[in-house]
Amino acid sequence: MITLTVNGVPRQVDVPADTPLLWVLRDALALTGTKFGCGLGACGSCTVMLDGEAVQSCQVPVGDVRGRGVTTIEGLSPDGQHPVQRAWVADDVPQCGYCQPGQIVAAAALLARKPHPTDADIDDAMDGILCRCGTYERIRRAIHRAAREGAR
Amino acid sequence: MTAPTLGRRAFLEIAAGTGLWLAAGPLRVEASAPAPSGAAAAGLHPAAWVNVDPQGGVTVFLGYQEMGQGAYTNTAVIVAEELDADWATVRVVLADAGPGFGRMVTGGSSSVRRGFEPLRRAGAAAREMLVGAAAARWGVDPASCRTARGAVLHPASGRRAGYGELVAEAARLPVPENPRLKDPKDFTLVGRRTPRLDTPPKVRGTAVFGIDVRVPGMLHAAVARPPDPGGKVAAWDAARALAVPGVRRVVEVPSGIAVVATGTWAAFRGRDALGATFTPGPAGTLDSAAIARRVAEAPREPRPGRDEGDVERAIAAAATRISATYEMPFLAHAPMEPMNCTARVDASGAELWAPTQGPLRVRADVARALGLPEDKVVVHVTFLGGGFGRRLYDDFAVEAALVARAAGAPVQVTWTREDDFQGDWFRPCGRNEMRAGLDAKGNLVAWHALVRAPSISWQGSGNRTGEPGVLEGSIGMPYRAGAVRVEAAVPDVGVRLGAWRSVYASQNAFPDESFVDELAHAARRDPVEFRRAHLPPDHPLQAALALAAEKSGWGRKPAPGRARGVACYTCFGSSVAEVAEVSVEKGRIRVHRVVVAVSCGIAVNPDSVAAQMEGSVVYGLSAALRGEITFAKGAARELNFPDQDPLRLSEMPRVEVHVVPSTAAPGGIGEPGLPPVAPAVANAVFALTGQRLRSLPLRLKAAAAGRPSGTPSR
Repeated sequence: MITLTVNGVPRQVDVPADTPLLWVLRDALALTGTKFGCGLGACGSCTVMLDGEAVQSCQVPVGDVRGRGVTTIEGLSPDGQHPVQRAWVADDVPQCGYCQPGQIVAAAALLARKPHPTDADIDDAMDGILCRCGTYERIRRAIHRAAREGAR
Repeated sequence: MTAPTLGRRAFLEIAAGTGLWLAAGPLRVEASAPAPSGAAAAGLHPAAWVNVDPQGGVTVFLGYQEMGQGAYTNTAVIVAEELDADWATVRVVLADAGPGFGRMVTGGSSSVRRGFEPLRRAGAAAREMLVGAAAARWGVDPASCRTARGAVLHPASGRRAGYGELVAEAARLPVPENPRLKDPKDFTLVGRRTPRLDTPPKVRGTAVFGIDVRVPGMLHAAVARPPDPGGKVAAWDAARALAVPGVRRVVEVPSGIAVVATGTWAAFRGRDALGATFTPGPAGTLDSAAIARRVAEAPREPRPGRDEGDVERAIAAAATRISATYEMPFLAHAPMEPMNCTARVDASGAELWAPTQGPLRVRADVARALGLPEDKVVVHVTFLGGGFGRRLYDDFAVEAALVARAAGAPVQVTWTREDDFQGDWFRPCGRNEMRAGLDAKGNLVAWHALVRAPSISWQGSGNRTGEPGVLEGSIGMPYRAGAVRVEAAVPDVGVRLGAWRSVYASQNAFPDESFVDELAHAARRDPVEFRRAHLPPDHPLQAALALAAEKSGWGRKPAPGRARGVACYTCFGSSVAEVAEVSVEKGRIRVHRVVVAVSCGIAVNPDSVAAQMEGSVVYGLSAALRGEITFAKGAARELNFPDQDPLRLSEMPRVEVHVVPSTAAPGGIGEPGLPPVAPAVANAVFALTGQRLRSLPLRLKAAAAGRPSGTPSR
């Protein structure tokens, strides 16, 4: 049994310690908001926060997460009203929406670290997260909006 | 409305955000439920697309699929417009495969374009029945009633009845065959920005994509498939797979060997442990060079697709003769959600949850594969994590049904990204040989396009009948040229081919619009002026070109080190002109800005038009700058994003979208923004560097790549 804290709740899972966190979230804990995209850490669809830092959960063995805090899209806010989520709604960012949980979590982690990011900061923080639908401009706009409206 | 199927109810729950797990219970396959009007107390259901319930809620059943293009919201906008619904009461349900929606295929930029009239009629029919019920109740002439915000009003008497309270009576009335449609000038929803209804669940992580479906008792599977399309599995070691913790079964299906496990990761690891080996199929020795030879050597089709005037004579007599050959690579779709499908099969039938662009085809093909009648197969549709044409092909769904049957349990088959690339139905390659003549004044007098490309519709069958389809886009060459010939040479290649966003227009626009640019430069004329001078005065590209030129500052000097290029194309009922502004940075092409002008008839939701143009530019740029699938031993060599990296956020140009005002019926918006991107960028690169890049992806020649930018060669 491995114990980890997901969205503030201690959870126990019975899986091999080398299982990627992504699959523990999706299959063992039914938190399907975090997505599988490439399995190599190349697309960022699986981005979650680990102790507040954005990580690609397909590259993190669950054994490394013992005793640490994981935040997924489901745990970003109790009611979907995190400032980043509100900004995403205001700018109607998603198209297909598949990559957006990863984008939103990465943006929230960025804003927690840097409340007023520059475009260069956004490039650095968000370049690892692919979107094939082409929502990048709106993502940038929504991050600036969330910064203006006080994401913390 | 008849009782909803299991799936509809399940999806209603999901849509309401009440849970991820699908309704439990035994598999219950119902005969496809046509929705007879008038029969049920549950609601007013004059067409498959819409139901008004006794509480006044309006449900729009989406008979297309939502893959990012906005159909989820915009079909509802159209229904609500004619119904005069209260928008706050409108919700959308992704429809199961079933009757009443037409082909249910989401492709060809069709959901709003082809759905516009049927959706308007569905909404208008419901409205007319509700008005009829109110008028009968009040004993007044229906013509003296009006509707607004989900209610029928009788202004003369001040009476008002909400739609919900009229539903039972309205449902007993006959469904009008020709309901009166609004005059477009009276539209209140259509033509205005409507926020997307699917945004809230998509930003909360609760929107259910195919890969998120969870069925009680469900297992997860991965399939070892041969790398080339005709290959076979030769050997595998089931015992080693079964030794992986979590692996439950190893089963053989026609497409390969499935490892069924309690979780996706165990299934992936189990599949690796199989150590499967493969026997190559008939195309198992093909590589990119061999394919290129087949393309270059394919004979011309006996009859040109278009033949006007005497092209040979006109070229021979021309003051200037120009020819050029362009090459376009195979491309992968690579939607962010890899292929997957969930199925359960038992003696009574099959039930699938499929992220598909064609649920009726899934139902038919699964029924055939399982030997079941179609009415024993239920196909629920989920949100699609991108489609781009890949999900028109249903191999992933048929395979999931067969794995579920063999496993004796509900199964979700998930493809890895490598499976997704390897098992794609690739955008065809092309090699277009262009020739043209100009007269002494620099006017076009002859145009000849030979399109060399394998045919999606002819592949595999050996049955070369009907149109090969490869001339799409090129055959409509819009410029007046005197003599025009557009013809095809169609090689057989051992690669699975599929529709890719804008299909053949995606590859033919590059030679067509690069070559026009070459002609304009040869004629020493401005590329916008040259195009407009050769377009018929009433062609929709005239307005699009004028708007794109105006908004981009065409004719004014760009910033130092930058240059602009223009291209335009018509497909799927819309005409788009784009001006790209580029520089060369560290030897690489950098696109800073793309100005898009689109003539698409009525923009049902202008923000969706903008989003689709932004998306088309990005998808097109990813292909133009880096997209290329090569083959060795009959199999794709690029298998994940590091090999085939799409555009990333830091590379995103500013995209400015302008819509040519129109009251014409809507044209497509999902695809027409894509074809002009590559030639606009290539034309800008020429203006900047003097290099005419005639192959995709665009690669600067080393010498000029190292040259300081901003020194145009002319």
